[in-house]
Amino acid sequence: MPNEDILQTARTWAQQGKQLAIATVIETWGSSPRPRGSQLVVDASGAFTGSVSGGCVETAVITESLAVIRSGQPRILEYGVTNERAWEVGLACGGRIRIYVEPLLSH
Amino acid sequence: MRLTTLDQLIDARQQKRAVVLITNLQDGTQSLYFQDGAVAGTALTEVQRSLAQQALQSNQYLLAENATLFLQPYNPPLRLIIIGAVHISQVLAAMATLCDYQVTVVDPRQAFAAAARFPDVELNTDWPDAALTALLPDARTAIVTLTHDPKLDDPALRIALQSDAFYIGALGSRKTQQARFNRLAEHGYTEAQQARIHGPVGLDLGAVSPAEIAIAIMAQITQCLHRRTA
Repeated sequence: MPNEDILQTARTWAQQGKQLAIATVIETWGSSPRPRGSQLVVDASGAFTGSVSGGCVETAVITESLAVIRSGQPRILEYGVTNERAWEVGLACGGRIRIYVEPLLSH
Repeated sequence: MRLTTLDQLIDARQQKRAVVLITNLQDGTQSLYFQDGAVAGTALTEVQRSLAQQALQSNQYLLAENATLFLQPYNPPLRLIIIGAVHISQVLAAMATLCDYQVTVVDPRQAFAAAARFPDVELNTDWPDAALTALLPDARTAIVTLTHDPKLDDPALRIALQSDAFYIGALGSRKTQQARFNRLAEHGYTEAQQARIHGPVGLDLGAVSPAEIAIAIMAQITQCLHRRTA
């Protein structure tokens, strides 16, 4: 889904009175599933559209996004390669990504 | 991001106005830098303005000022102008749309340029040179001629060669290409100018069917787009 459609979705959701956060890939190292600029929009119920990886870190990004919606403060997330603890969030491809998560402020 | 910033960003996109979203990653404040130099939101320094220009020109996301500033360029969509509403064009138009190109098919032969043959594609039945001149192809435009008819292809190629189009392709065998080369040379187009034309069109995949030829063309357009910006 192109980013502009994601922005459209964000506006539509905001018009429906939903509280939102926008996550954007700002930096990548090595192989990463989605390039810089890839975006994801999340609402307060955890519904989302778009992607910031191939599904590897979305769950963690959504959890962080909910905290950003609650606090109204942006934050920067970083994910690296999955280590031997298989349940840890990370990228199986061996890359590293940094993601900026910001709230959508209605005022 | 403020809702007003989102509205301005979406409006600029709809008006096909190039814009850069600039985010201060430390405090979350944002600015919009428009192609004409106008700025909305937080004021920008001269250095930040030139970074914004750079982001637009390269169409690359930039992380600057010790990774505290993120610039997201939003250029108008890539465009593909296809001359000839032929069978290959039907498939190529669909493929290019999937690749986020805004597609226009030009063919003055109305039986070819029929809406029923090209649902959801912008059709233009002007003569190719007039149509191309009006469409103002730029550095984010690809142009492909597929009519096989010099009467239609040649005028389009003459306009295409005067534009900044990042890709120009022309259907036709090597023999046809040579004949066209000679005709364009008579119009004063040099060998160096004509070298911009990809012909026989498309990557050499051994393509046979219209869909396969469309794949070869779309692949070559993609290659030219990214080799240029890489």
